[in-house]
Amino acid sequence: MRRNVITAVLYTVVTTVLFGLIYPFVVTGLAQVLFHDKANGQLLYQGGQLVGSRLIGQLFTAPQYFHSRPSEAGNGYDAANSSGSNLGPTNKKLVDRVAGDVAALQVDHPGTNVPIDLVTASGSGLDPHVTPAGAEFQVARVARERHMSEDTVRRLVAQHTEGRQLGFLGEPRVNVLMLNLDLDQVAPALK
Amino acid sequence: MTANGWFQVFFFFALVLVCAKPLGLYMARVFEREHTWADVIFRPLERLVYRLTGIDETHEMAWTEYAVVMLLFSLVSMLATYAIERLQQWLPLNPQHLASVAPDLALNTAASFSTNTNWQSYVPETTMSYLTQMLTLAYHNFFSAAVGMALAVALIRGISRRESKTLGNFWVDATRASLWVLLPGCLIYALLLVSQGVVQNFRPYDQAKLVQAQTTTVTGSDGKTTTQTVTTQSIAQGPVASQEAIKMLGTNGGGFFNTNSAHPFENPTPLSNLMQMFSIFLIPAGLTVTLGRMTRAPKHGWAVFAAMAALFLVGVFVAYYAEAQANPLLHSVDQHVSTMQSGGNMEGKEVRFGIANSALFATVTTDASCGAVNSMHDSFMPLGGLVPMVNIMLGEVIFGGVGAGLYGMLIFVVLAVFIAGLMVGRTPEYLGKKIESYDVKMAMLYVLIFPLSILGFSAVSLMMPQLGLSSLANNGPHGLSEILYAYTSATGNNGSGFAGINANTHWYNLSLAAAMLIGRFLMIVPMLAIAGSLAKKKLVPPSPGTFPVHTPLFTVLLVGVVLIVGALTFFPAISLGPILEHLMMHAGKSF
Repeated sequence: MRRNVITAVLYTVVTTVLFGLIYPFVVTGLAQVLFHDKANGQLLYQGGQLVGSRLIGQLFTAPQYFHSRPSEAGNGYDAANSSGSNLGPTNKKLVDRVAGDVAALQVDHPGTNVPIDLVTASGSGLDPHVTPAGAEFQVARVARERHMSEDTVRRLVAQHTEGRQLGFLGEPRVNVLMLNLDLDQVAPALK
Repeated sequence: MTANGWFQVFFFFALVLVCAKPLGLYMARVFEREHTWADVIFRPLERLVYRLTGIDETHEMAWTEYAVVMLLFSLVSMLATYAIERLQQWLPLNPQHLASVAPDLALNTAASFSTNTNWQSYVPETTMSYLTQMLTLAYHNFFSAAVGMALAVALIRGISRRESKTLGNFWVDATRASLWVLLPGCLIYALLLVSQGVVQNFRPYDQAKLVQAQTTTVTGSDGKTTTQTVTTQSIAQGPVASQEAIKMLGTNGGGFFNTNSAHPFENPTPLSNLMQMFSIFLIPAGLTVTLGRMTRAPKHGWAVFAAMAALFLVGVFVAYYAEAQANPLLHSVDQHVSTMQSGGNMEGKEVRFGIANSALFATVTTDASCGAVNSMHDSFMPLGGLVPMVNIMLGEVIFGGVGAGLYGMLIFVVLAVFIAGLMVGRTPEYLGKKIESYDVKMAMLYVLIFPLSILGFSAVSLMMPQLGLSSLANNGPHGLSEILYAYTSATGNNGSGFAGINANTHWYNLSLAAAMLIGRFLMIVPMLAIAGSLAKKKLVPPSPGTFPVHTPLFTVLLVGVVLIVGALTFFPAISLGPILEHLMMHAGKSF
């Protein structure tokens, strides 16, 4: 028995060094060399200033921007505190929250049903995407606010729409942060 | 539901089917200690491990010694994890200067990761340093999986050996599982994940300037609300890919981040999502082939595979169907599927995965005892959330955890041949071994401990408003589902959750830790007892009265036994949770 205890302790130590230290350091070394940008989070810089990550959504509520989905991560899109709402389908809080968001979004589009992704919180609270339906719903508002034609805005949306990966995996999606950064370049919003 | 959605489901499953055989045969060679291509690299490493630890690799263990050594190793590595968590603030690789972990939480986490559960009562971004994640959590991801594989192999040896007192050597099985199977798999897989955008670094959290400054209202401790303008976004980083790989391949499921595989840094693209689902099923599916090979009954291995596949497909269908429905309580919302959106219930789901991949992932992760999530099960439709819960309640034998799924299913196989024997009035046999009263008693012990823990702890929590009910995020039947799911997940060593429940309380941390330990170790001991008992038996030549275990009839009987045991045990509880909620929802009720 005593020998077994000693073996168990030694085994834990030896395998921890191998699997808990050497393995992750080797992967980090290889990843940093082979995929430097991706291993570091695909960070976006503007004039040397870090403005976000291509993969991490940000909160947009101003009318001249495409809005992102509701977020339950911290106070909204807190990328150091990811979280979903965890509200069940029969929870009053969910029903009321959706009704409130629908009312706000319908101010610009009375009588139009709102695409579901625009009024539901993502699992991570950091979803960088909306659906093509969610983007199309907002085209008219953004065009009006930025004095652009709807077709120009639509073309920009199309540029930032990713199809299914390899033609069949996942769902089509629009990266809201990338789209809004591009909008600011093309047509700086009038104050 | 769409044709494309179903195509993705079947593409995923075809991939598993194709890869199961080569991997299963490779694993059989690894555990039989036959020559493999990887010996050049890993044999010297294996020898080094034995030399440093004083392990005699030729020593054979009886089931009792196998069990004792396995328990000792689990205990020692669990205590090491507890110690590192408690000392975290004085250790390196902690760029966010996170404090040491509280005692009850540290205990819960140590139990959680050493039992292959990976239930997470904590928010990793704000609780665990990079060192703690690598050294303890990712480490347990490797070794709780390796232990599971070792145990499955020990049971297979019990079936295939005759008149033998021993089942193999625990240390050798665990070492070979981790070196020959898990390590090379993870090295390649981690880099594939990075190629999709999973991060792998030791950076402090990055501070980004928000494109649009954010105004938020904050409620102070005095109850007054003040508005604050937030201009930066703190972006959590870390050595994610290396942990993500073993998290999935070892069916562990503990996220590097709070929202697990829903987080864009853990699961950035639909392709990374496919890889993750594939890697959950890969080893458990392969092990059915290993079973067939090592018992020299390859058709029996495929018959077990077929039972698992049938139960999997039913689960996916129900989950996908339920999640694609519109929530009748939401109005003026477009929930229809079209070319522009995947529609359905999008609360708690990511746009890049949509409905099909969220429902499929939820089914896969609970069929196996993985517990990683790419969408929030708590926000699933009532019947959509029922599927993951029932998958775990059936004992996680639908492919199941690495090793654990196979030995769990083999317990049901013992019961199935016993029931078949009763029906024809003959002594039941399994692959030439007589199944006797001792074996059936042990199998029943294994089967009964499971609901005892789940229903027992749930009942106690429900009776204590202060300790049990105050943690709930949802009212009505959904609240019951949250509690039931928590103990189901803990006892089943799954680790997914109806995550709205605040489990970081003394009561939940300690009772869930107990459920996890019971669900792992109390169930392993009777399983190993069966292995030891089978190994000792003589081989009986098959007679006309022998029930064959490689036919479709056997597969149907096995599925029947799994479903009947699960349904009889848990139907009353789930009818008060998800099923009642489903009916109330369609009656227009909210809570």
